[in-house]
Amino acid sequence: MFDDPQRLLKLAVVGTAAGVFSGLFGVGGGTIIVPLLIVWFGYGEREATGTSLAAIVIVAALAAGGQGAYGNVDVVKGLAIGVPAVGGVIAGTALQQRIPQRAVSYLFAALLVAVALELLI
Amino acid sequence: MDIVLVILFGVAGGFVGGMVGVGGGILFVPALAIVLDESQVEAEATSLLAIVIVAIAGTIRQRRYGNVRLEDAGVIGVMSVAGVALGVVVSNEVSQRTLEVGFAIVALGIAAQLVHRASRRVDQAEA
Repeated sequence: MFDDPQRLLKLAVVGTAAGVFSGLFGVGGGTIIVPLLIVWFGYGEREATGTSLAAIVIVAALAAGGQGAYGNVDVVKGLAIGVPAVGGVIAGTALQQRIPQRAVSYLFAALLVAVALELLI
Repeated sequence: MDIVLVILFGVAGGFVGGMVGVGGGILFVPALAIVLDESQVEAEATSLLAIVIVAIAGTIRQRRYGNVRLEDAGVIGVMSVAGVALGVVVSNEVSQRTLEVGFAIVALGIAAQLVHRASRRVDQAEA
């Protein structure tokens, strides 16, 4: 890999973009990483998601460390959200095939629009 | 009381995220900021810690299915340092209002991505 500077450069661009996103908005950056892995590197959707998750461990840890240096991280609340969320993800992923995913996607999109409006108004 | 709400949001956020394939942050941040009344930057910072935990668990699961290319992931992660530093500094320098508006735009972008993916799925099913 390291003898292919162009590929390395592209990975650096993905990392930098995800990093800005993560540090600035408190998200993992999967929204950026997944599509770029698919379009630039020819990843399949599952591989892109899996690889993105592994990258996010590092990106989000760095960002959490940076925000922690500013004293912004509430460790108790972070753990109280993160640990139960693992159970939620496992249940959600398991039920994925049994629930009309399209309807959930639309509902969820509507929820995000509501969040955006709440923040904007 | 707060902590019970926080745990409930964690479970609900993880559940919906796992079902539709989005990360936790886009849910954790508004839960902390809007419902639990933390400042936008504090909500974002705390969300990051939760994301690390969820992403570790997700990586372990995905790795079992052979979906993780560790080398690429490692390079992306390490190369994110400069971007992360920039993002963290900017988030602490700009006004809360600016950060809220920025986050609202991100939420709308992810909503659009979700609708796009869901509608594409229909096309495939019908094709």
